Amino acid sequence: MNWRGAILPVSVIAAAQFAATTYGIQSDALASPVEILASLLQALADGSMIRATLETLGAALGGLLVGGSAGILAGIVLGLSGVLNRLMTVSIELVRPVPSVAIIPLFMLVFGLGFRLEIAVVAFGVVWTVLVLTRAAVAGIEPRLLEVARVLGMSRAQAIWKIVLPSALPRIFVALRLAATVSLIVAVTVEVAVNPLGLGYGMQIAQQALRPEWMFAYLVWLIIVGWSFNYLLVRIEGIVLRRMNFTGPRR
Amino acid sequence: MTPLISFRDAGVAFGSKQVLEGLNLDIAEGEFVCVVGASGCGKTTMLRLIAGLHPPSEGVVSYAGQAIARPRPEIAIVFQDYGKALLPWRTVSGNIELALEAAGTPRAERGAIIANLIALMGLEGDGGKFPSELSGGMQQRVQIARSLAQRPQVLLMDEPFGALDAMTRQGLQDELQRLMMQQRMTVFFVTHDLEEAIYLGDRVIGLRRNPGRIGKVFDVRIGRPRDQVATPEDPEFLRIRRELYDFIRDTEREPAS
Ligand SMILES: Nc1ncnc2c1ncn2[C@@H]1O[C@H](COP(=O)(O)OP(=O)(O)O)[C@@H](O)[C@H]1O
Ligand SMILES: [Mg+2]
Repeated sequence: MNWRGAILPVSVIAAAQFAATTYGIQSDALASPVEILASLLQALADGSMIRATLETLGAALGGLLVGGSAGILAGIVLGLSGVLNRLMTVSIELVRPVPSVAIIPLFMLVFGLGFRLEIAVVAFGVVWTVLVLTRAAVAGIEPRLLEVARVLGMSRAQAIWKIVLPSALPRIFVALRLAATVSLIVAVTVEVAVNPLGLGYGMQIAQQALRPEWMFAYLVWLIIVGWSFNYLLVRIEGIVLRRMNFTGPRR
Repeated sequence: MTPLISFRDAGVAFGSKQVLEGLNLDIAEGEFVCVVGASGCGKTTMLRLIAGLHPPSEGVVSYAGQAIARPRPEIAIVFQDYGKALLPWRTVSGNIELALEAAGTPRAERGAIIANLIALMGLEGDGGKFPSELSGGMQQRVQIARSLAQRPQVLLMDEPFGALDAMTRQGLQDELQRLMMQQRMTVFFVTHDLEEAIYLGDRVIGLRRNPGRIGKVFDVRIGRPRDQVATPEDPEFLRIRRELYDFIRDTEREPAS
């Protein structure tokens, strides 16, 4: 990372702290950086922040797993089958723009509150993007390679596993990275809106208790978690693609 | 003796466009047949009929008396565009192994087979390299090795050396000839290089175009092994070459569409 990128956030934090110590803050909406940091450290020490983080990440990853694998699977099937694809395209385009928040009431009727609700909403939030991008990746595979599979007498499963999936993998990873960011956003949204667990719920409680320093502590922590989550995915992607000899620009 | 491959009144139309028409041809086992013709006259389409990659619109194309409906394990292809036909994420060995995986060859037996093919195609030391690290000629060797891993009876080759420089091309022509003499495979070889066709073939099929059809067949009665220096000076070679050039010039005077 470029150190110059840190200039702006660091100056803002310093200015906020200067303002807070010089003029004092008497507000239900603001807190000084030092207070926020203290709350964050306390929440980390007493385990509440860690527990909430695990809950949120668990739901986000669970939803990513369910929605991601469903999207990849459906994307491959539709990408390979022109007939099925023509049959499904309109339906997909109709459901895709539905905001994931809007599906919460319906899913609450089915799943009640808790992890299953959150995983379901996250899965709904990511599945369409993954499906559409995977489908495009599969449809864009070098047709010669599919002929090679036929000439060598590969079974359909072999062709998918050994040729289609590896060919589409670089672009599937792009889809998954996008979906990972969305999964965290949707998980926290569900928690702030209805679900009594995780970081979003913690934030909601802090706000209701008129404790801005707690609320900001959650926010700061969420930034750290989100950034690490994405960083981890980029690293995994890099390792897998390098091991498969997908270096440099995609081919 | 029944022919290994036969075309019976076979034709192909793409929509309303008749690409191939009235093909009748018998290819005997062990024969090396070369096909030449103007670009777009249907050479590749003819090869794809034998490969089972495309069905004839009329007539029958058969292998050992059976109509060809889909690709068969006895029939292998070497495509011209080796850059697209090899898996970029697999090494040379991995690309060859693909054919063995498809054929269900037990894992324990694969190593020895791959090592043999690598030696046969002069790829020693390159087994661990990726296609992108090899020259065009070497990549084409890999594709040939992979098609041989299929243990085919028939090898279909679509302008396999067309994209290679002259030196590499001659080297590969001679290796192909040696291979065919050793393994007694039947070869269907498409090319636009008339000398290459005569040099390699037992028979050269000249196609006419619009619609593509067999115009003239030349038997090449020149003994093997043939030689890059001596064979092109053989009177028989020169005679066929002259007739073939005349034929091709004649087909090119026909309207293009
Ligand atoms: N899939 C296809 N759809 C429509 N037309 C095709 C297709 N494949 C080949 N053709 C047409 O058939 C003719 C013969 O093509 P091809 O067999 O590739 O010729 P050649 O290999 O002799 O250059 C060309 O006019 C080409 O445009
Ligand atoms: Mg062609």
